[in-house]
Amino acid sequence: MTADATPALVEDRQTAAGPRVRERSAYPRYLAGKVAGAAVSLLAVLVTSFFLFRLIPGDPVKTMTGGRQVSAEQLAAYREEFGLDLPLWRQFTDYSGKALTGDFGTSYQFRAPVVDKITEALPNTLLLTGTAFVLYTALGIFLGTRSAWRRGGLGDRVNTGLALTLYSIPSFWLGLLLIIVLSVGIGPLPGLFPTGGMESGGEEGFAYVLDVAHHLVLPVVTLVAVEYGQTLLVTRSALLDEMGSDYLTTARAKGLRDDLVRRRHAVPNALLPTVTLIFINLGRTVAGVILVETVFSWPGLGGLFYQALSVPDLPLVQGLFFVFAAAVILMNTLADLVYPLLDPRVAR
Amino acid sequence: MTTSTGTGTGPRALARQRRRASVARFWRQYRAERAGLYGLAVLALCALLALFAPLFVGSDVSSVTDAPGRPMQSPSAEFPLGTDQFGRDLLGLVIWGSRVSLLVGLLAAVLSVAIGTLIGVTAGHFKGWYATVMMRVTDWFLVMPTLVLAIALATVMSRSLTTTVIAIGVTTWPTTARLVRAQTLAVETRPYIERAKALGGGHWHIMSRHVLPNVMPLVLAQTTLIISSAILAEATLAFLGLGDPTVVSWGGLLQDAREAGAVSAGDWWYLVPPGIAIAVVALAFTLCGRAVEAVLNPRLGVSR
Repeated sequence: MTADATPALVEDRQTAAGPRVRERSAYPRYLAGKVAGAAVSLLAVLVTSFFLFRLIPGDPVKTMTGGRQVSAEQLAAYREEFGLDLPLWRQFTDYSGKALTGDFGTSYQFRAPVVDKITEALPNTLLLTGTAFVLYTALGIFLGTRSAWRRGGLGDRVNTGLALTLYSIPSFWLGLLLIIVLSVGIGPLPGLFPTGGMESGGEEGFAYVLDVAHHLVLPVVTLVAVEYGQTLLVTRSALLDEMGSDYLTTARAKGLRDDLVRRRHAVPNALLPTVTLIFINLGRTVAGVILVETVFSWPGLGGLFYQALSVPDLPLVQGLFFVFAAAVILMNTLADLVYPLLDPRVAR
Repeated sequence: MTTSTGTGTGPRALARQRRRASVARFWRQYRAERAGLYGLAVLALCALLALFAPLFVGSDVSSVTDAPGRPMQSPSAEFPLGTDQFGRDLLGLVIWGSRVSLLVGLLAAVLSVAIGTLIGVTAGHFKGWYATVMMRVTDWFLVMPTLVLAIALATVMSRSLTTTVIAIGVTTWPTTARLVRAQTLAVETRPYIERAKALGGGHWHIMSRHVLPNVMPLVLAQTTLIISSAILAEATLAFLGLGDPTVVSWGGLLQDAREAGAVSAGDWWYLVPPGIAIAVVALAFTLCGRAVEAVLNPRLGVSR
């Protein structure tokens, strides 16, 4: 649902960032500005994550006790334990003060610190999204380059068509289908992959690695399938923009082989706008992994978010919301910082 | 094709004539986009199906109590797509579900584009602190993970279609706002805006009579593209159990299927139709949106 956001971002940055920072070698100032902007965004997210989830109707203590018969004293004790007896503004100052030191409170559901639950799940999410990210970025750039170079040909049409189609498929549906076809098996087809989770348990050493890899296949395939299309389309249009350029004509006139013109001259320039997209994609994939993790019962942040929502486990939801938003902000900022190093025109 | 209709000579008639001519020109160029035509045909078919759904399936299709079949029957002559866990006809449910999915997608996209256009045009027209504040807000929404924010909004509000529409509309407008603002800034530098100001045209006059008609094509393309993501978002929210549980939608059907254990039982025929419906409609809107973009922005059109 966010695909069309990124090209606009790219364009906007190119047109808007130029005149804003005018003098030469203004990179330190540019950097300071971007970092300050990111810090402001993070603070805004912190405020949102607190007040947004206070809007949930109902008493969090009642949710916590799960409708069991609880005496008034016990309810009061719970309130005090989670600081819910304080006025809202006190709750907020407490919350933000603690959050700045990395303390997001105690999960209602697991009775464990939110930070512990998040740090427990984070590596699993990073493994899943990291693997998928590397694959879909490579695939997107590779196919996008080929598509643009042979524009209008059969390969181009098949590539773009397939990318658009996969892009229109809900990721959770593709995941469920893959589970049915490849894990449960239809008719004579046996189940080739595990239906969910991250490990079968009891394995050690190399066997454990293989086991996790085996569990990783289907979620990664799902993520790659729904995500690579965007990289493909952006790479393709970026390369097409470059293809009329004079320096390519010069390169050809020098007598360079077509293949060399593409790899040495066209692609590096065309990849510039794609770099921004790549970083932003990484942030979005971390946040967008909720569905895939839910479908495949992957023990990561997304699955945790789904569990927390169904309670609703307020501190955990808040903490995860913050982490997801922070991931996107961090990656956007990284893109802002790296881009001028690759293309000095931006920070001039 | 325009001279015969425009008999009046007043400015209104002239404007109407020009508008008609530009629509005709747009359509002529759109027809050259083959993928866009396919998308349009599919959409027309789906719209007809959704509008006339009450003629094919009764409104009691979602009733659990007097379901026509036995639970979880695989496809047969009587039930071409099989039945669900209550014995309801899946074909009927998928057709009926198109009404909610399309409606929510359209409304959410309209809401999103309306907010985006309003903020984009005003932020482009009024410079100064108003524009600064508005663009800060836009930037802030832009960095929020859209899906996570939509899920959060849907969680804190009651489960209803209005909630879904608002959750999607409120989270997806920033892109439109940025595009529209850029276009507004471009339009406002043109001499005729200066002329309108010199003749005493107020803010409202300039925004509604000069800027808005000029950003409309962009808004149209943007709407088409956003509908596609709004339909996907609606399905996602419904699948996560955040939709209105009392209505039938494609995402809701997928959630039902998962809860009924269709995945572990290998009942692929339950899962396939709603997902294909979502994908086909989302793809059709994307194709139309790209075609509209290609017509409006020939530079892109050549490159695609």
